[in-house]
Amino acid sequence: MAGHLDIRDLHVRFGKATILQGVSLSVQDKPLSVVGRNGMGKTTMCSAVMGMVPASGSITLDGQDVLSLNTGRIARQGIALVPQGRRMFPSLSVHEHLLLVAQRGSPPWTIERVYETFPRLAERRRNGGDQLSGGEQQMLAISRALLMNPRLVIMDEPSEGLAPVIVDHLIEVLQTIAAEGMGLLLIEQNLRVATSVTDQVSIMVTGRIAATVGSAELASDREMQNRYLGVSHGH
Amino acid sequence: MIIMSTRRWALTGIGLAILLSLPLFLPNFWLVNIFGRALVYGIVALSLTFLAHYGGFVSLAQTMIAGVAGYAVAMMAPNAIPLGDVTLPYALAIPLAVLAATVAGAVVGLIAVNTREIYLLMITLALAVGFSLFAQSNITWFNGYEGIRNVVGPEIFGRPFRTPMVFYYTALIVAALLYLLVLYVVRTPFGLVLQAIRDSNRRTAAIGFHVGLHRIAAFALAGFIAGWGGVLITFYNIGITPSSIGLWATVGVLIMAVIGGLGHPLGAFIGALIFALMDTFASSIIGHDRFNTLIGMVFLIIVLLSPDGVWGMGGRLAAALGRKDRNKITGSNTGSEQPR
Repeated sequence: MAGHLDIRDLHVRFGKATILQGVSLSVQDKPLSVVGRNGMGKTTMCSAVMGMVPASGSITLDGQDVLSLNTGRIARQGIALVPQGRRMFPSLSVHEHLLLVAQRGSPPWTIERVYETFPRLAERRRNGGDQLSGGEQQMLAISRALLMNPRLVIMDEPSEGLAPVIVDHLIEVLQTIAAEGMGLLLIEQNLRVATSVTDQVSIMVTGRIAATVGSAELASDREMQNRYLGVSHGH
Repeated sequence: MIIMSTRRWALTGIGLAILLSLPLFLPNFWLVNIFGRALVYGIVALSLTFLAHYGGFVSLAQTMIAGVAGYAVAMMAPNAIPLGDVTLPYALAIPLAVLAATVAGAVVGLIAVNTREIYLLMITLALAVGFSLFAQSNITWFNGYEGIRNVVGPEIFGRPFRTPMVFYYTALIVAALLYLLVLYVVRTPFGLVLQAIRDSNRRTAAIGFHVGLHRIAAFALAGFIAGWGGVLITFYNIGITPSSIGLWATVGVLIMAVIGGLGHPLGAFIGALIFALMDTFASSIIGHDRFNTLIGMVFLIIVLLSPDGVWGMGGRLAAALGRKDRNKITGSNTGSEQPR
């Protein structure tokens, strides 16, 4: 059962700088992507949902407030974050990363299934978290989140810095996750990933959701892409 | 659960066999005052190494926590001078003393739960000095400056604890068990969480762990370890005084842990052995009043040559001699976070 995330009028300020000025979005049974240029507040929104930066407004998971909880509680409530830049633990091996979170692990995601989904991780199970390639780190970061079997997983730019062939594998994995009914909020700069995984895409501009459009519509509308994102299509 | 590779087990077995056979060819003086002493002080250093290496918490309160157990067992010990209000047989007094140290460890962890690095150092130092001064000024329970004497320890198989063999083997068995306990714990999920906290507590919280509770539990476990050391040190010294838990004792345990090497639990015992050797033989080398000069110089030389102590030196030597175990040596010493 997908976790329903509701963000209402979320504000985040760092000193005098306002990063988020009234973000509202909602992830229901269907996964949602948020796209936007650098510095628009996407990562700050992820941090705010995880309780890692002070924020005002309202955030609820399945109707229950999470804004007032600390990071550990939020994670135990069932929100898992795959952070931008992967953030491995250098001291722990691949297998230890998985053991760490698998203590609460129950189906659908188990360590065995992680190794089946990402055979590369099985080969690298004894390597340290800082001895992996970017793609391997990303697989491990995603596995770490999935093993928590959360109600909702937030992925912050999982395709960043990955080779195109790895991005294809990533898209398949994200599609599987979404199809199995785990809630998914996907933050992306890569439009191809966003539009392949989710039907709806929200566009974030200077700390607000400027528009929410259908993936097909966004994928085909060059003018809209230029206006909001100033990027060319995918790779 | 695999806590060591087969080769490590083999090496550990050989090491243990050597230590077990020491009484066959060592005079009692060496058995008790060098090796026995290194073992019991090494246990306290082990608790520090455990916290520092796996959790990233350098605590100066470990000697104080050992002192809590030492004073606790002394207060309850039969035949102690002065005799406490409540005396219990050693079979009860020892577990209670270790329990007291465990609780004291948890309390220190609770007080220091949100501090790191220099602030953690200062808080634990303040607690250590405070406790030692309190013991020194309190007559009712701690008997002030004189401390509590004649804490001889239990009889084991009908032999007094002071028998060199009894003392040495008890110290060896307790030290070996605690050493294996540390190796075991760091492979459990709890130990993995500790290492994750050392890398980044934010990240560890973000995957759903209560960082504060794990830190407190780590300090409690370190307290349990230090408590055994404190009890055995009290039997070794046949009593306990405030100076044995004062600033110099605190610094001494830190020096043992650092010169032995904070990178591995065994470093604590290596450091304690070097410390015991120098403390004993300083007088014949440069005069006993120059002990601090000697230990200071040895400390400087070892730390300059090898920041991760004698253990790290051994690791590098082994690597240089062509063993292909580089992964283990470098992999276990990543103390700081890699920039990315």
